[in-house]
Amino acid sequence: MMEEPNVSITIDPTVRVETRRQPIPPKERLERIFRIEDVDALYSGKAALKGVTLDVYKNLVTAIIGPSGCGKSTFIRCLNRMNDLIPGFTQTGTIRYHGQDICAADVDPVAVRRHIGMVFQRPNPFPKSIYDNVAWGLKVLGMKDGIDDRVERALTQAALWDEVKDRLKASALSLSGGQQQRLCIARAIAVKPDVVLMDEPASALDPIATQAIEQLMNDLKSEYTFVIVTHNMQQAARVADMTAFFSISRGDEGQRFGELIEYDATEKIFTAPSDRKTEDYVTGRFG
Amino acid sequence: MSAADITPDETRRPFAWRRVRLGDLVLQGIAGAAAAAAVVLVGLITWKLIEGAWPSVTKFGLHFLIRTAWNPVIGKEVFGAASFLFGTAITSLIALALAAPLAIGVALFLTELAPRVLRAPVTALVETLAAIPSVVIGLWGIYVLGPILRDDVEPGLHSALGFIPLFGPPSSSGSSIFTAIVVLTIMILPIVASITRELFLGVPREQKEGALALGTTRWEMVRGVMFPYARGGIAAALILGLGRAVGEAIAVTQVIGGGVFIHWNLFDTGDTLASKIAASYQGAATNLEVASLVYLALILLVFSLLANLSAQWVVRRVGRRQGIGLRRGGAG
Amino acid sequence: MSSHNLTQAVLRAEGLPRRRATNRLMEALAWLAAAVAVGLLVLVVWSVARRGWSELNLDLITKTPTSGFLATGKQGLANAFAGTLVIVLVATLMALPTGVLVAVYLNEFAPPAIRNAVSVTLDVLNGIPAIVIGIFVYGLFVLGHGQSALAGAFALAVIMLPLVARSTMEVLALVPSSLREASLALGVPRWRTTLSVVLPQTVGGIVTGTTLAVARAAGETAPLLFTSSIVGTNVHWNPHHALQSIPVAIFELSESPDPQDHARAWAAALVLLLFILFASLGARWLATRSRRKLAASR
Repeated sequence: MMEEPNVSITIDPTVRVETRRQPIPPKERLERIFRIEDVDALYSGKAALKGVTLDVYKNLVTAIIGPSGCGKSTFIRCLNRMNDLIPGFTQTGTIRYHGQDICAADVDPVAVRRHIGMVFQRPNPFPKSIYDNVAWGLKVLGMKDGIDDRVERALTQAALWDEVKDRLKASALSLSGGQQQRLCIARAIAVKPDVVLMDEPASALDPIATQAIEQLMNDLKSEYTFVIVTHNMQQAARVADMTAFFSISRGDEGQRFGELIEYDATEKIFTAPSDRKTEDYVTGRFG
Repeated sequence: MSAADITPDETRRPFAWRRVRLGDLVLQGIAGAAAAAAVVLVGLITWKLIEGAWPSVTKFGLHFLIRTAWNPVIGKEVFGAASFLFGTAITSLIALALAAPLAIGVALFLTELAPRVLRAPVTALVETLAAIPSVVIGLWGIYVLGPILRDDVEPGLHSALGFIPLFGPPSSSGSSIFTAIVVLTIMILPIVASITRELFLGVPREQKEGALALGTTRWEMVRGVMFPYARGGIAAALILGLGRAVGEAIAVTQVIGGGVFIHWNLFDTGDTLASKIAASYQGAATNLEVASLVYLALILLVFSLLANLSAQWVVRRVGRRQGIGLRRGGAG
Repeated sequence: MSSHNLTQAVLRAEGLPRRRATNRLMEALAWLAAAVAVGLLVLVVWSVARRGWSELNLDLITKTPTSGFLATGKQGLANAFAGTLVIVLVATLMALPTGVLVAVYLNEFAPPAIRNAVSVTLDVLNGIPAIVIGIFVYGLFVLGHGQSALAGAFALAVIMLPLVARSTMEVLALVPSSLREASLALGVPRWRTTLSVVLPQTVGGIVTGTTLAVARAAGETAPLLFTSSIVGTNVHWNPHHALQSIPVAIFELSESPDPQDHARAWAAALVLLLFILFASLGARWLATRSRRKLAASR
């Protein structure tokens, strides 16, 4: 039994977070969405991740934290086959989504991404109007019925509707950074994915915009499952139900790769981590 | 810039100071003169052409553009550009219509579909196509392409689509407007492909990923994100390609057969503005004919100026995101 | 939403198979376009190679078109090879320094407004059809004075100028301003800085640009039709006379009814093609090499 570590998590008093963290339902009542087993990810033969095994649960916010270079983005991009776009990328192990291995050779990444959406680190709205940004995906994916309502609903859920409802035809590039990111979230959730992956969604935004996005996640997690990569521990502590800590390990020949160190309820990771490395990271001793 | 104004203590070394300034002035002067010469050159070209065409311009005025005639017989001289304007229009526009989808397809292939290992070689190959001199393509057009079109393609098209006036009876030689169209398509394909390829390469990766992450297919991403992004540049590329096609004289004159008439049958012979000039190089019968040929060149010049300037305008307006300069241009 | 599984039934309902089919069709069309482009190139080069190879021999370069009435030996195009050499050389001598000077002016001295204007002019010059340039030089130098290789070379120089200027500008822009500033801060005058510090860095790029311009000029027929086409069959070297050139020779031979002439046309075309391909690919290879060196030294 470890002695109580000297953990202090400072929460920025200028940012008022309204999240009311619900306690996580007991394990038996959690539905597993992802079963990730022994995944290695390699860029041109060099391992970026090794032996990652974890389960992601439905309607929870799962945070991926760790120092830079530990493979957090690589990991999250495995979940929607986005790494396929990188030449030289290979992967071993299985990622089961609702029981189906999405890395199998006969699985179409297009189908995978339909259900597992992604929001990127830097807002990347299309150079189209605000309306078209959200509507384009709907049109292409054949969800044209009641499209105006779908667009409105997505923008509302992304907490952007009130700000843009009078200028839907304006260019998306006229929005501020925080608004653009919310537009990207609206775009992603408009097509009704099952899971929304977020790769450091607020790292390019100011604290107010960040807060808006965190609030969003909390409000929407009853409808979607979020997996968020963040380098900001406080953010993980604020929004995540489950937290996975990755770190950089060294192999026998001195090569560096990322590894999952610990994965547990956020509460536990931050107050009573089991692994020394986790403790070092969350207390700020390194990373 | 201001560092150039550092002058050493002029009281200590007065002659050195003067030398320094003089050198700067001389270099700037000579270089500036060269730049001025380039500008003057364009003006000179315009002026010389107007001067050379003047006898014909004063005699025929703008009616020249709508008259179909080319009669150098002394006493009955009458010249008109209409048939050549028609020939230029029909060959260049159809060639552009054929080359554009091919070029965009090639550009897409090179940027999205080709295996890494093929990209550089195939790009080099396509650019090499642009380096083949017109006279060589013309030579190939006469003795390789022409017979194939005459013996197989044209009769085939005529029997299948003969009800369309474009596909009338095939020519007896290999020379025809159709052959010229194929030759022009080959010549403008690499330019349009090369510019389009650079445009596609300039589409930011996060835009493409943003589209694909929604669950769209690659083609849907290309249509929804890449085409809109590259739209202005592609327009400029097409204008440049058109300019190239319009100005091509040698290869066209080798395969088009000549003739002063306006007819719709692509398999018949004809002439374009450029090819007519080239065909007359061995000498025109009268001064008025020479002036009329220069008049044709003047029309070509006006067109190329318009095409070039509008392409640049399009690039400036829309292509600010991409750093594409109009390096490729020029007609043979 | 109902279960988010990836089974075929669910996906079929969403139209994915049709979208996948469209995607595959478009990919196939793109592959086809690339095949057509490469195929055309291969076809043309192959035709020239096949037909020109058998006719390719030293006689082409050493014998003139009518070499002895009695001899039934091979005729050649010696006059054309000599003429092209002279014309292209003179054109390069005209275009190279001018083009470099224009680029130096635009990059080192010109205020933005002038740089813009001259830049636009260069692009316009680049877009003027070669036949128009030929007519222009005809009116400028030939009318009243007769044809000459000099006039032809001038026409080619006009075509080469924007190419040399543009590639020199590109490579001048790559030279880091810190290099210039360091030299100027030492008290070295502007002109010396430009000539001794900046230009030497750009030699590779200038060579590349000039090589490409030479390759282009060597293949141009239209500008020479009106300026240097009324020629004799003997080999001359005097630029004041009209000299035969390879492209014009090919042009004339291609229109001749005599199959022997066609054969020589193919052979000359092969030589021209080989030269141009060699020069273009060589220049491109040099360009990548020197660009890498410049980038590494920044």
